[in-house]
Amino acid sequence: MGAAHSDIPWAIILILLPLAGGMGCFLWPRAATVLGLLCVSAATLSVIGLGWQLQDAGVYHHAVGGWGAPLGIDLYADGLSLLMLAATALVGLGVSAYVAGYFERKDSNRFWPIWLILLSALNSLFLSADIFNIYVALELIGLSAVGLTALTGGRDALGGAMRYLLAALLGSLAYLLGVVLLYHGFGSLDIKILAERVEDTPALWAALGLVCAGLLLKTALFPLHFWLPPAHANAPAPVSAILSALVVKASFYVLLRLWLEIFAPRAGGAVGELLGLLGAAAVLWGSILAVRQTRLKLLIAYSTVAQLGYLFLAFPLAITAGISAWRAAAYLVLSHALAKAAMFLAAGNLMHFGGHDQIVDLDRVVQRLPLTTGAFALAGASIAGLPPSGGFIGKWLLLEAAVTQGRWDFVVVIVIGGLLAAIYVFKVLGYAFTQADVLRESRAVPASMEWAALSLAIGAILLGLLALPVLGLLDIGNAFGTRETGP
Amino acid sequence: MNWNSWIPLLVVASSLLPGLVIFGLAEDRVGLRIGLNMGGALVKFALVAWMLWGVYQGHEFEARLALLPDLELVLRAGPVSLLFVTLSTVLWLVTTVYAIGYLEDSPYRSRFFGFFSLCVTATVGVALAGNLITFLLFYELLTLATYPLVVHRGTKAARRAGQTYLVYTIIGGAFLVLGAMWLYTLTGTLEFTPQGFLDGLGNEHRPALTIIFALLIGGFGVKAALVPLHGWLPQAMIAPAPVSALLHAVAVVKAGAFGIVRVIYDVFGVEFSAGLGVTQPLAWLAAFTIIYGSLRALFQDDLKRRLAFSTVSQVSYITLGVAIAGPIATVGGLVHLVNQGLMKITLFFCAGNLAETLGIHKVSEMNGVGRRMPWTMAAFTIGAFGMIGAPPIAGFVTKWYLGLGALDAGQSWVVFVLAGSSLLNTAYFLPILHAAWFREPPPDWPAARDFGGKETAWALLIPPLLTAAMALGAGLLASLPFSPLAWAKLIADRAF
Repeated sequence: MGAAHSDIPWAIILILLPLAGGMGCFLWPRAATVLGLLCVSAATLSVIGLGWQLQDAGVYHHAVGGWGAPLGIDLYADGLSLLMLAATALVGLGVSAYVAGYFERKDSNRFWPIWLILLSALNSLFLSADIFNIYVALELIGLSAVGLTALTGGRDALGGAMRYLLAALLGSLAYLLGVVLLYHGFGSLDIKILAERVEDTPALWAALGLVCAGLLLKTALFPLHFWLPPAHANAPAPVSAILSALVVKASFYVLLRLWLEIFAPRAGGAVGELLGLLGAAAVLWGSILAVRQTRLKLLIAYSTVAQLGYLFLAFPLAITAGISAWRAAAYLVLSHALAKAAMFLAAGNLMHFGGHDQIVDLDRVVQRLPLTTGAFALAGASIAGLPPSGGFIGKWLLLEAAVTQGRWDFVVVIVIGGLLAAIYVFKVLGYAFTQADVLRESRAVPASMEWAALSLAIGAILLGLLALPVLGLLDIGNAFGTRETGP
Repeated sequence: MNWNSWIPLLVVASSLLPGLVIFGLAEDRVGLRIGLNMGGALVKFALVAWMLWGVYQGHEFEARLALLPDLELVLRAGPVSLLFVTLSTVLWLVTTVYAIGYLEDSPYRSRFFGFFSLCVTATVGVALAGNLITFLLFYELLTLATYPLVVHRGTKAARRAGQTYLVYTIIGGAFLVLGAMWLYTLTGTLEFTPQGFLDGLGNEHRPALTIIFALLIGGFGVKAALVPLHGWLPQAMIAPAPVSALLHAVAVVKAGAFGIVRVIYDVFGVEFSAGLGVTQPLAWLAAFTIIYGSLRALFQDDLKRRLAFSTVSQVSYITLGVAIAGPIATVGGLVHLVNQGLMKITLFFCAGNLAETLGIHKVSEMNGVGRRMPWTMAAFTIGAFGMIGAPPIAGFVTKWYLGLGALDAGQSWVVFVLAGSSLLNTAYFLPILHAAWFREPPPDWPAARDFGGKETAWALLIPPLLTAAMALGAGLLASLPFSPLAWAKLIADRAF
């Protein structure tokens, strides 16, 4: 498009605007909802603007304050960053629309400032080109996420938040130690410069171990997932949506970036294989536990553990399949973000309506909320990888990579994970169609909350038909192509 | 994109859009809902008639939409697709009328008709799919759209039946995706091609191709109710009668059988699969299913369950005809796709009428019912004789061509299967007919409803009479152009 678009520093707006908005909400609590909605909408528009910019001019590079790396801080955006930003914006928009009807005044005043700061931190993480900046963003994300988890108080929520805080701090600490080792060993914090300088030394291996451990803990990869279900299941529904859809993806994104640029060329084989193994275990273990849950939100939380496992299957597959496996992972990140947010919001509607989330008793509430049930069903179809949906495209690409390489072990895991997902989704839906008498009075659910959930779910389904344009945007900057060769 | 490429899309949209609107309608907007349903059905009918004429003249109707870098969604109207599209369009029209009459005053009608429309959308999509991935997409959609219909009653039994249905079909779906993916990595295409697209593959791929064939047939066999994958079908009988009618005659079971047809003709190719040695075991399995289904039907007292096992048996005629892999048997198999649909839907409509009007659910309650409901039972009789294979009803045409085709292909054992099956069909249908027409009716019926002077409501009576007439016509007028038989011959001519 015209020059007017390319002049606007969208990336900087994406970081500063929510930050300013968050402070504004803190200062003027009365205007918090309006201000928050405005900020999130503006951020969404900025992502579109940035997308245009990338499509026109290719990769975006900006030296903050005019000081480029290695001295200053760089902002960097390619197709992969754009995909993450877009996921954040879409989920953020849905959740924000939802929140307007969900919280009481008191909670709402607390929610908006923290959420906007979290949004700013997420955006800056996806735009950072420097591992220390990423640490700062990660820490900010972790702390604000914990704050949101504990938002409404209550014993379960506080307990979950406490465990979450410990995991988040431990994770960042390990990551920070890794960063220190890298800086000490190779004298830079900029990812691209590090990529050129790193050598196969013990320092690199130690850094790899620390960074991976820290990020895996934050991403809740099996067996480091212990903190996730209680935190995600006991937080208020819109917070669960943000945590499951976005926050765990942030640390995954960092791992993916560092892996692609720094670690894969030197340490590809064995570590990648190990990550794949853990991913496979996560798929199976998370799915089985999800099937066994009796509370809806716990079921959805364990489903997150399982779906995160799929992302790690790409690490070993990418050693020879390269781009196609990474594309699959990226597509799964995006579609899981939308679908999982929709699921948690739908669960929130059900809880709001019936006052509980016991699955067997859902029949008394589900059938009176057709839009919410529809949202849950569509999101569930995407999670289970049924066509047409974003989840189907992602799993199809992953399956293709696995079959092409003859990795039948992963093929089996992918297929069984899909079947188990279908089981836990339909376990809930089965009750939606059973008729039962209404035992207790229910609270009406505002239309905005029903439509927020449904829109996100429809988005997850539509992704199944938009693979070409999305993959086209993802290819900007060739994030996966630069170093795809194995060890 | 020229005008012709829009028509397949419109055919799909003509039930999808009304369905989506119906979801949003309030329960009491009966008139609008009926208008949308019937309007969609009529538009679809007109579009399909137009395509029939066009394909007969040799025109192409094709729509393409990119799905992935080298994978497209394709809707294409060829002779094989049109056979199935026409069947589903016509029977959808009839079933809609029936369902409107049947569900009068019951709750959740908007939900029901919404999913009903989605179900037909998926079936038409399956019929028109021009490659395996499009087929899979609509096939899975069909699973999801029928589930709410199966559990529509909302009872515990319904939920259990729905669960069984899902477990079978979703596992089947996983087999399909796996098979399709494997095939795709070997060939780089999934486009349905007459005589298959595997010719280029060398001998070293034979074991893999055999497994892929098993995966695909296993996946489709679930919906086609091939023994031992048939367990869900009798349970799904819990659904309301129009759903059973649609499930058994058009949508689910037929989609499975149609998938088998596609795999053998347009993916592997008849000669290639015969060369691979996979059609012979399939023929045996189909034959076994035919006999097994009939035997089980013999011992069912519940009328709908008896009909369900009869479906298990009858649908495998299609598989058998295709698996014999000769031109004449092909005609028999394909024409049965239509014939079984017409006859079975008639039988299910009649069973629904008996349940709705008199509360009869069991064969043992049917004594003398022919006197109380002569028109319904007349339609039932035509359907039953058709299933037995008595001339001049449609079922006779099937068995005739299957028998001839088997002899032509040197597989005379099939004739014994056909004879045995006909004998068994007679054994489980004739007692029903005898009881209905010649036994004394009981003093009162289980749960009779009064319809004034008529035997039942018009909307319930006209559909079975219409489909019975069609079943009769498909046999009597088999030699006319555009009859199912003529169309099946056209397909066979192009496939060999």
